[in-house]
Amino acid sequence: MDNNVSSTHWDIVIVGGGNAALCAAIEGASAGQRVLMLESAPRVYRGGNSRHTRNFRCMHTGPLAHLTDDYGEAEYYDDLLRVTAGKTDEALARLAIRYSEDCLPWMQAQGVRFQPSLSGTLSLSRTNAFFLGGGKALVNAYYNRAADLGVEVLYDAEVTDITLDNNRFETLQATVDGQSVTLRGRSIVLASGGFQADLDWLARAWGPAARNFLIRGTPYNRGVVLKNMLDQGAVSVGDPTQCHAVAIDGRAPQFDGGIVTRLDCVPFSVVVNRNGERFYDEGEDVWPKRYAIWGRLVAAQPDQVAYVIIDAKSIDLFMPSLYPPTTADSIAALGAAMGIPLDTLTHTITTFNAGCRDGDFFPTELDGLATEGVHPPKTNWARPIDTPPFYGFSLKPGVTFTYLGLQVDQTARVFGPNGPYDNVWAAGEIMAGSILGQGYLAGFGMTIGTVFGRIAGQQAAASVATFHSNS
Amino acid sequence: MKEQTLQFNASLAEADRQLTVCNACRYCEGFCAVFPAVHSQRAFASGDITQFANLCHNCRGCYYACQYTEPHEFAINLPRALANVRTESWQQFILPSRVAGAFQYHGVAIAGVLVTTIALLFYLLSQWTPGNGEGFYAYLSHTMMVLLFLPAFIVPLVVIAFGIRRYWQTVDGQAVRLTHLRKALADAASLRNLGGGQQQGCNYEEKDRYTNTRRWYHQATMYGFLLCFLSTSSATVMHYGLGLEAPYALLSLPKLLGITGGFLLTVGCAGLAYLKTRADPSLGAGAASHRYDHSTGHNSDHSSEHSSNQAVGPSGNQTDDQTGDRSTRTVVGGEMAFVLLLGATGLTGLLLYVATGTTWVPTLLAIHLGTVLAFFITMPYSKMVHGFFRLAALVRDAQR
Repeated sequence: MDNNVSSTHWDIVIVGGGNAALCAAIEGASAGQRVLMLESAPRVYRGGNSRHTRNFRCMHTGPLAHLTDDYGEAEYYDDLLRVTAGKTDEALARLAIRYSEDCLPWMQAQGVRFQPSLSGTLSLSRTNAFFLGGGKALVNAYYNRAADLGVEVLYDAEVTDITLDNNRFETLQATVDGQSVTLRGRSIVLASGGFQADLDWLARAWGPAARNFLIRGTPYNRGVVLKNMLDQGAVSVGDPTQCHAVAIDGRAPQFDGGIVTRLDCVPFSVVVNRNGERFYDEGEDVWPKRYAIWGRLVAAQPDQVAYVIIDAKSIDLFMPSLYPPTTADSIAALGAAMGIPLDTLTHTITTFNAGCRDGDFFPTELDGLATEGVHPPKTNWARPIDTPPFYGFSLKPGVTFTYLGLQVDQTARVFGPNGPYDNVWAAGEIMAGSILGQGYLAGFGMTIGTVFGRIAGQQAAASVATFHSNS
Repeated sequence: MKEQTLQFNASLAEADRQLTVCNACRYCEGFCAVFPAVHSQRAFASGDITQFANLCHNCRGCYYACQYTEPHEFAINLPRALANVRTESWQQFILPSRVAGAFQYHGVAIAGVLVTTIALLFYLLSQWTPGNGEGFYAYLSHTMMVLLFLPAFIVPLVVIAFGIRRYWQTVDGQAVRLTHLRKALADAASLRNLGGGQQQGCNYEEKDRYTNTRRWYHQATMYGFLLCFLSTSSATVMHYGLGLEAPYALLSLPKLLGITGGFLLTVGCAGLAYLKTRADPSLGAGAASHRYDHSTGHNSDHSSEHSSNQAVGPSGNQTDDQTGDRSTRTVVGGEMAFVLLLGATGLTGLLLYVATGTTWVPTLLAIHLGTVLAFFITMPYSKMVHGFFRLAALVRDAQR
């Protein structure tokens, strides 16, 4: 690390290296302030969970970039209320929604490029703007923009302690390339994400079952700064025991598997647990509306694992999978290959097949093709599993993010035990629990990060400008 | 040839592994023609992968946008995986394969041909001076030039044509219609697939920033080459059709086309050669993107915590220095030699023009004609074939 970094009194120090951190850094540097970014990941893994994102949910009146039609504030807010069951801070949520329309052209001006809705995601073409090349391409564009604006970025730089005196941030301790350093700043933006990569913390909060969870995103979101702030009395929001988890391929890596580990075949399948028993209606709704609850459903099963079973009729009805399915010519052979007890599995499939009735099958809409006399019922797409070859995938919960975060006001300022801190702002997942109290809305994490990242950067820059003009 | 077949299959297997990850992700759909073609299928036959590989322009946008590049265990490096399939496919389609391999991988081989052809021209010029004739024909008769260059031009084209025919069968090409040709030629003429999807350019010398520099240099090279070709063609028509023999005046068609083309070709090739020194060689063809174990017939695998991941875990290591003939081979030398040779045809032609009327003419004439001869002789076995296969791939894609 350059000695100048530790001797400089930085105008704005930004903790984190993902979307929110970058938006704050760009706004701060655009306002002429000297900005230091501290990214805990090495350069190759920079960008936090933003690396794995693909779109930005955006309010708009009329077509905007590749977005079609309209997506107004009322509809956007309704969508949010539906997924959160009302657990949201309305003022902050509406701020994020309203400001999103202004953000899209701003993102383009910073070098972010968009593309039409990806194949298989047509349902999002009106509401979500897709990044050309995905989230890592967006992160690259922002890092290049930040570099052009003179932002100093340190990689492998983990902030361990933020010193707060009289409601003010003055210095912080960090480990940079393995060396402990003290850094000084006039303001700080906390954008270091959640704690989902700290499996011990997850296990304390959720229970020991969490040790069987996979983490879909970065291994660098360990919540060190979040915990440090909470220990010093910062006001928290969000359920500390909860995380957002989806059902993903059980063979996915422990960390960083990202988008490719998804499995979209549940609606056309029978899902059993390790005892060979069904436990939930696989056909309750279309998969984009149900994948999020399956993380919890699988997490509640023994060993936090489940098995999806389909037959030859359905193998081409869903997005191609990363890993090939286990394949067998009989249910018994499939059960043996996947380690599911044969009697129960055979009984489950036989009972299920007997409960299927004739009717029209429409894979892309709710077709009402339901079972009769089967518990739990399957209410759509219920066709017998009877045509070999049979295919099986294992499922595990894949954690996307955690809800516990820091409370902020409309200027993204963080609250301490004595009211808002003078010069501490927060953006992105570390404060998203205010707005997303439960559930998830596709592309909304990037909206929160972009909107509050920009606000935090602007506010920090304005406060420093006031300091400079007074001194 | 058995060994080359095995290596070709290993490259195909590695590309197949990576494309399976791409097909589950789809983030790169907007970059180029390769991804929509990939995403239209659930699984890939070797002909499909060969088509994707020849459609790929190595713009590298997908690599810098990919969240699964090394050290991630999925170890995606699609530009390299496809470049390996691509160069090995040329080697398989163009006969004889052993010759093709030699020129693609070894700049020294190209240089060797060049020295030989220049020496040949010096010998011819010293021994066969016609004693009459104007301009260049005072040094080498028109008949001699035709005897030398007509077969040197026709034979390589025939070899390439047979290669393209084999390619077309492999990628299951359909009957070609005018609409296919029109679309393919429009894509080739604008180098649309080096445009990053929105004409912002590729990610070559500036890594994760987009630039159109390589596209412009390639345009200069391609159009320069075509102008030089038109220059020779127009001279042929004037000679045989109109009875107008060289030397031609400055304001004649052959001269105007030739000087402009030579200039563009020289500048374009110099630019491409320079950019090649700035780009990351590990994203291009050549060095191993896979490890192939001849004793077991299997790709060796990274150790993995997840034994069930073998279908996805990398089948090779892209950064380790490895021993063995295959793993250390790289096409960078062959490609660089090709670019310099192509540029030299333009530069020596221009120098020859500048030297008109001086005593340098016979020397420069030997060097220029030797360079052109070396270029034609090596054409089916050098990177020059990429233009033919790329156009065929664009036509095939237009049929999708």
